[in-house]
Amino acid sequence: MELIATQLPGLLLVRVGQDRIDAAGAIQFKDRMRELIAPAQGRVMLDMSQVGFLDSSGLGAVVGVMKLLGPDRKLELAALTANVEKVLRLTRMDSVFVIHPAAPDDLRDAG
Amino acid sequence: MPQPDLRLEIDSTPLAVRAALSQVLGHRLATGLAPHRRGDLELVLAEVLNNIVEHAYAQGQGTILLELGARPGGLQCRVQDWGQAMPGGALPAGQLAPRLPDDLPEGGFGWHLIRCLTRDLSYARVGGSNVVTFSIPETDKD
Repeated sequence: MELIATQLPGLLLVRVGQDRIDAAGAIQFKDRMRELIAPAQGRVMLDMSQVGFLDSSGLGAVVGVMKLLGPDRKLELAALTANVEKVLRLTRMDSVFVIHPAAPDDLRDAG
Repeated sequence: MPQPDLRLEIDSTPLAVRAALSQVLGHRLATGLAPHRRGDLELVLAEVLNNIVEHAYAQGQGTILLELGARPGGLQCRVQDWGQAMPGGALPAGQLAPRLPDDLPEGGFGWHLIRCLTRDLSYARVGGSNVVTFSIPETDKD
């Protein structure tokens, strides 16, 4: 599971560097995210632009990551592909996350 | 299924399911579909197959038989396994769990997605096997 983390002032930006979060990779995704967010303070944003496929196990893992953040922080998702956006909409989880149309390029290049 | 266009035997592991999905999407049945329709197909098959891996074959590995056929109006799908029967002998309703702010559900999405994206979904226990059939319509359900 390729996850590229960049710590910016007040924001941990994590780019998912592979094209799917599915049943075969969900546990690994959640475990790796747990390591990345443990030392992080402030906001956490996932750049989902590379992720063309998210199944219910993958969605469960993304929800699980948000729950790891605790009650006071929401997980932010950026740059959803059409397929991923549809899964969130059909399961009505689109209102649970803060969703951004894009991960800002200047932030992505900053690390 | 009489005369399927594609017939795959799949080991009941998450990685074998991933490989089978890739094979389906590369088949001529799928390559001609619009991108969002391909996404629906991959999602529905992933949910049905992974459900079998996780539940029907929870107590030991087995084989899943997947058959797909192009039919007027959509893609007909038949999925068979030789694992445990569905609890209660019927498919789960697929209703989303109530969403409490401090207790978000991490599961229970699968059958809801399947029901959203398929037509004519049916389940039967046939001689020690589970047979699920459904079609994926060419046009949106809603």
